[in-house]
Amino acid sequence: MNILNLFIIIPILTVVGIALTRDLKQSRLVSAIGMGVQMILSFVLVYLYLKERATGNTAAMLFTYDALWFPTLNIHYSLGVDGISVAMIALTGIVVFAGIFASWKVTYLPREFFISLIILASGVFGFFISVDLFTMFLFYELAVIPMYLLIGIWGSGPKEYSAMKLTLMLMAGSAMLMVGILGIYFFSSPDHSHLTFNLLEISKIRIPIEMQRFLFPFTFVGFGILGALFPFHTWSPDGHASAPTAVSMLHAGVLMKLGGYGAFRVAIFLMPEAAHEQAWIFLILTSISVVYGAFSAAVQNDLKYINAYSSVSHCGLVLFAVLMMNQTAMNGAIVQMISHGLMTALFFALIGMIYGRTHTRIIQEMGGLMKVIPFLGVVYVIAGLASLGLPGFSGFVAEMIIFTGAFQHVDVFHRVITIVAASSIVITAVYILRVVGLLLMGPIKNDHFLHLDDAKWYERISTITLVLAITAIGVAPFWLTNMINFSLAPIVEKLSAIQITSLF
Amino acid sequence: MNFSDILTMRHELMLTLLALVVLIIDLNLHNRDKHLIIPITLSLFFIHTVVGFLPVDKSVLFGGMYQTNPLLVMMKNILNVGVLIILLQSVTWLKQEENREKISEYFILLFSTLIGMNFMISSGDFLMFYLGLELATIPVAALAAFTHHQTKSAEAGIKLLLSSALSSGILLFGISLIYGSTGSIYYDTVMGLYQNSPMQVLAFIFFFTGMAFKISLVPFHLWTADVYEGAPINVTSYLSVISKGAAAFILIIVMFTVFNKLAVVYNHILYLISVLTMTIGNLFALRQKNMKRFLAFSSIAQAGFILLGIMGGNVLGMTSVIYFVLVYIFSNLGAFGVVSAIQTVTGKESMDDYDGLYATNPKLSLLMMLALFSLAGIPPVAGFFGKFFLFASAASAGYYWLVFIAVLNATISLYYYLLVVKAMFINKNETPLAYFKSDLATRTGLILSGLGIFILGFWSQIYEVINNLSFGIIH
Repeated sequence: MNILNLFIIIPILTVVGIALTRDLKQSRLVSAIGMGVQMILSFVLVYLYLKERATGNTAAMLFTYDALWFPTLNIHYSLGVDGISVAMIALTGIVVFAGIFASWKVTYLPREFFISLIILASGVFGFFISVDLFTMFLFYELAVIPMYLLIGIWGSGPKEYSAMKLTLMLMAGSAMLMVGILGIYFFSSPDHSHLTFNLLEISKIRIPIEMQRFLFPFTFVGFGILGALFPFHTWSPDGHASAPTAVSMLHAGVLMKLGGYGAFRVAIFLMPEAAHEQAWIFLILTSISVVYGAFSAAVQNDLKYINAYSSVSHCGLVLFAVLMMNQTAMNGAIVQMISHGLMTALFFALIGMIYGRTHTRIIQEMGGLMKVIPFLGVVYVIAGLASLGLPGFSGFVAEMIIFTGAFQHVDVFHRVITIVAASSIVITAVYILRVVGLLLMGPIKNDHFLHLDDAKWYERISTITLVLAITAIGVAPFWLTNMINFSLAPIVEKLSAIQITSLF
Repeated sequence: MNFSDILTMRHELMLTLLALVVLIIDLNLHNRDKHLIIPITLSLFFIHTVVGFLPVDKSVLFGGMYQTNPLLVMMKNILNVGVLIILLQSVTWLKQEENREKISEYFILLFSTLIGMNFMISSGDFLMFYLGLELATIPVAALAAFTHHQTKSAEAGIKLLLSSALSSGILLFGISLIYGSTGSIYYDTVMGLYQNSPMQVLAFIFFFTGMAFKISLVPFHLWTADVYEGAPINVTSYLSVISKGAAAFILIIVMFTVFNKLAVVYNHILYLISVLTMTIGNLFALRQKNMKRFLAFSSIAQAGFILLGIMGGNVLGMTSVIYFVLVYIFSNLGAFGVVSAIQTVTGKESMDDYDGLYATNPKLSLLMMLALFSLAGIPPVAGFFGKFFLFASAASAGYYWLVFIAVLNATISLYYYLLVVKAMFINKNETPLAYFKSDLATRTGLILSGLGIFILGFWSQIYEVINNLSFGIIH
């Protein structure tokens, strides 16, 4: 059996398994086992992938599996992975696994919670292994809809409002995406005889430039909404702030990456000419995302809002780098996706754990937590330092590569916009250190906080998994970048072959 | 008329026979045994449904008035399955004391309208079409007024009757213009003679207006909400699913065959009407609190999507419309089934009554959620596939902006479908509807529609079969 099919089958089996359980203990055990297997499977996939590449296999997609689904429309259930998707799958495996342990104590309707969470995860896995645009779109929507229930039922604060806002905005994004995908499909064959949804086949032909001009904004913005592109990012802070811990982790950590990945894999890869032409508009928007997100994070007082705006900033950086369209910057974009996915998941996990103890997320009400919950405090500092790009953690590697790549453009426009975006590093340092100072240092403001327990074993599993992954990328980024670079090279080659007719 | 002709017309003949058998049984039954009619009729109708699936060849009867082919038979079978589910869902309601005297009437009226729809689908000329249409409409008005002691039900009946009379009049006027300008009422002849002269365009507009009443397209939708609200829930479900499905089937046949040369003209009309229908249906649905009215407006919006497939104007469009209607039947029957089960047992039909339903009736809530997701077009349920193919067919004709408007409308519709999901799963309620156990028939009906919602999408074979049958219908 093809290994990629397992990524769909295991979640289904896990969901069936959870449906048969009776209480929290059983259902979390089943989920942990299922997603543990899934995580190990994703590591096995990385190993198999590297082994296959080492033997000299240079196909664009490996482990391909193809089954004809709807013959009339030439829709296939088509799977395959390259270095980029393998990396994303490993990220998803880690975050989902950590997410299960972060929601160890969900007492209200636990079965339903874990089922929705795993449906969400399977949508993400399916998205990353799809080669066919139809199945890709199907999995994309499958990943979005459980969010409504997860936030609406298990969330906090104005959860119903946030859940509805998030769902509707993301569905509006998928509305734009649907137009883009259908347009690409009907121009996927020069003589309209062999229409196909297959990404690789479409990438071999050239979609007429007039159609590209029309379809590119639809596709890019469609994915961009999920990647928190300014001004369509407003769902993200509300959604993240109201969501339960594991959902924030998964959503900021993985689901938002669907946006960056799709913008790169579908919009730019399939419509390179239009991408070159229109990149400047979206570069301006993404650099607003980057700077504006960082500034917003600096003035928030709610921990989750701080992290949500920081996600807007970091995910904006992903789209920013993708739009630079050279090897270095795109490589940085992928590393940034992985790095931010891990960091933000860690942040949200920690916020959930702190909130579970202090029952507040307002930083002014807390203080000196380092003294009472040293484990969580230290991990929070680690996550913060990684986020502001301290060398030795994944964040540094990613931002370094992105800005190096972006600065390779010699024209004024790209240089200026790079400098603007790079200024976010400073603001990031401001808001991270502000939180660390107020939250962890100083006097303890509330007597109730003197008797808090430090992290339980399941919380340690969740956080240590993520810290290990962040440090691994920071110390040894080369295995990741090598894997990405190999798959990125042909794509960038295709992009750079195009005569640039941009305004700038 | 020899035996093979009888076989060809088996859908109509068997239904007629069935209606007569029900009548005769009713005459011979003692008053306290009337409830026996239900199982007998159900089993007979089940046999009828199964027999309908036997293969049939393309053939023409009565000098071209009646035609049949595998695609038309498939449409009739789809309707049969839908009616079977509705019959199963109405058993509990029929057993109630107030309906004891009228059980056979319900079946006979229902079967009469179904006969009418079958004739309409198989019509080869406008006369047969019109006869079928009337037979399909008038008994429904009687059904809508079935619980006539309730003012709303009686009002629904008379509203339906008056508006169908008006629409039939307009439609008939259109047909007379068609006859006047071509000298024929046979589809094949009319198709050959149509030259898009102004009078013929006018004839088409009248004809289409009449049909628009039946499918409740905006601006001809005003009767829908009141009738749907007033009629008994199972009749509402019949009206919104079977009647509308049948009208969509016949519309697509006529548009793709008789009026196919007119596509350049009618696409503009359809564009406008589909945008209006989707948008207005959705905007009105947003504010509905009564579940029947809610589903009524949602079904108006759904009808707008059907037009997208017609505008596709190719095999893809035809297949997608039929497939969409099939999916729509199952999804809507799932939703109506739940509303009906709850209404029959508790008498509640307001959205507020659904608050906290998941705590007491989890299975019903889950089915309702799946049905609503299917109506909204969310994967992995069948509605996603139905919508995707419809939009694909509109995109194949280059209507990208229309597709965009349609998908945005699907997003708006998701909002109000989610309101119901929110009521059932999220809203807190001190006194949610108590747990109840539905009887076997209701459960069978619900399970059937639930299976349909799940299987129809993934099982691509169904789509392919429809597609293969659609070839050759379009010239």
